[in-house]
Amino acid sequence: MTVFAISFDALTAADFWIGVGVLAGTYAIFTLGLQLNVGYTGIVNFGQAGFMAIGAYTMGILVVRAEWSLWAALPVATLTAMAAGVLLGLPSLRLRADYFAIVTIAFAEIVRYVAQNARGLTGGNQGLLGFDDQWLDLSDTILGWLPQAWQDQFLLPLLLVVWVTVALLTVLLILLQRSPWGRVLRAIREDEDAARALGKNVLAYKLQSIALAAALGAIAGYFLALNLSFLSPESFEPQFTFIGFTILILGGLASYVGVALGSLIIWTLLEVTRFIELPLAAEKVAALRFVIVGVALIVLVAFRPQGILGKKQEMVLRE
Amino acid sequence: MSESADTAIRPGRERLDRVAGGLGGLGGAGRGPLLVTLALVVAVALVLTIAYGLHDVAQRGVNGLVSGSYFALGAVGLTLVYGTLRLVNFAHGDLLTFGAYMAFLANVTWGLPIVVAVLFSVVVTAALGVLSERVMWRPMRGRGAGLLQLMLMTLGLAFVIRYGIQMIWGTLPRRLDVDVTASVSFLGLRIGRTELIVVVVGFVTLLSVGLMLRVTSLGRQMRALADDMALAEVTGIDTDRVIVATWIFAAGLAGLAGVLYTAAIGTMTPNLGFFLLLSLFAAVILGGIGNAYGALAGGLLLGLAQEWSTLVIDARWKVAVGFAILILVLIVRPQGLFGRGERTA
Repeated sequence: MTVFAISFDALTAADFWIGVGVLAGTYAIFTLGLQLNVGYTGIVNFGQAGFMAIGAYTMGILVVRAEWSLWAALPVATLTAMAAGVLLGLPSLRLRADYFAIVTIAFAEIVRYVAQNARGLTGGNQGLLGFDDQWLDLSDTILGWLPQAWQDQFLLPLLLVVWVTVALLTVLLILLQRSPWGRVLRAIREDEDAARALGKNVLAYKLQSIALAAALGAIAGYFLALNLSFLSPESFEPQFTFIGFTILILGGLASYVGVALGSLIIWTLLEVTRFIELPLAAEKVAALRFVIVGVALIVLVAFRPQGILGKKQEMVLRE
Repeated sequence: MSESADTAIRPGRERLDRVAGGLGGLGGAGRGPLLVTLALVVAVALVLTIAYGLHDVAQRGVNGLVSGSYFALGAVGLTLVYGTLRLVNFAHGDLLTFGAYMAFLANVTWGLPIVVAVLFSVVVTAALGVLSERVMWRPMRGRGAGLLQLMLMTLGLAFVIRYGIQMIWGTLPRRLDVDVTASVSFLGLRIGRTELIVVVVGFVTLLSVGLMLRVTSLGRQMRALADDMALAEVTGIDTDRVIVATWIFAAGLAGLAGVLYTAAIGTMTPNLGFFLLLSLFAAVILGGIGNAYGALAGGLLLGLAQEWSTLVIDARWKVAVGFAILILVLIVRPQGLFGRGERTA
């Protein structure tokens, strides 16, 4: 009787790991935005899934409904998400951290409701399809450059592009963080009043931080959309923001490299549970994955709040 | 006008209020905001009556009181826990879910009468609340955990409760053994028989909680703690005991709210509490966070606002109306209708 067997065949299959890699890369980009906000600016953004939704849906709507080129839609969608970040931040950044968290999650839920209910634009729960033709052409071209043996790995080009993007963005963010601009952000995180006393416009810096995070959320949204070939409101439920926070804490606050590491660990953990053969229905195994996320979050925060690569002296929001 | 006079004497009065555990009804905000709010509700009702007719407005008002009663029950616990422990409990919604499924366990799986099932659910949910205090929140307070740490732990707990329930009962909607089809009507208004019971139970409980908070020594201590923990401790209140009592009330009421919600709506799913959570936050913030009476009023107002909004826009937006109110209140009056102005950064 093998009730708790793991089928190792699936774990050695290349397509399984490519799938994990795409998800991990997507959520690494998503969480880089959280790192910028939470780890380096000290603002608790619980609405990252909302920015991801705005980016992905704006891209999808421009391509499918307005018949734009995908390559023209991407920058416009990114700017839209950034504008949403500024619009959200302007009235709400003056609130205390806990209120700001609640407002941002409410914002993300409103975005999801609009995606669900504005059926004429978004396709509602039926979803939005057909925005990725140009990507598929490019994907085929990239696949053509790769060795013959890899040609049947349909998702390989996406994996490459997403991780190149992760690497570029990580380097870019590290450089930004070392710039005077990045130092001001950290000053704001440590002591807002001191930064203000030095003549820094704290609100403007915070708005820039949240707009950049929104752009990162939107970019993650494009990869999510290209991975699924399909946009539906379910992909943007608040729990994805919280998976992002689990990645953030695991990798370590105030460490951009930790984000990629955390994302790889979490998504490997989440996807491997698919292959534990429990005597349970599929939906119950899906639930088990989130129980694991929950336990991981509690245990991490309680016993190693600085994560793997984070530094304790950079921990934020201690009272 | 009376409000500005109120503001002028506020500092002195606030201290008095705090030492006495906020005896002054709706906190130190006086009666002004309450009257303004009532006037606003009446004005909105009048405008809607002129536009859509008395019957529709009254009927949806009745529906609003039904949802308002479980919003208010859920919100009181959320606000008490926040006020007392400065804990933004993202797992509070999942306490409602837990309560609903405990009632399902007793009522359907074990075949016990619904009244017994409700009591069982309240007791078990309260126990879960106390357990979380003992295992998670007290040790974390002892270590001086920060705001972000605590929020993330409540999120983790929310996941464990919600998806633990999903692992056991699955995602299929479950029903309690109550009759949701029978309805009664008076003055041309219809209300489901179960809904009527929900409203009655909800309001009786709310009134008792309100009285308990106002009259009993424990209630005063709970409000004193919610107002200013350090000051309460200095005046000799046994804070540890009051914190446990707060959890018993908060979680127990959440369990009851979950059962009442399920009874009124007809079905439960593991997501129900999380979907309600933002509405509960809206109610709490509308009433002024940490203010128990404010949460009661906020819950009822939110119920009315959501149901009345269906007169003007499609009903599928009514939940989003709650979120919009939440954001609007935080931007325009972050201290809430009955709160004091100290809630911004």
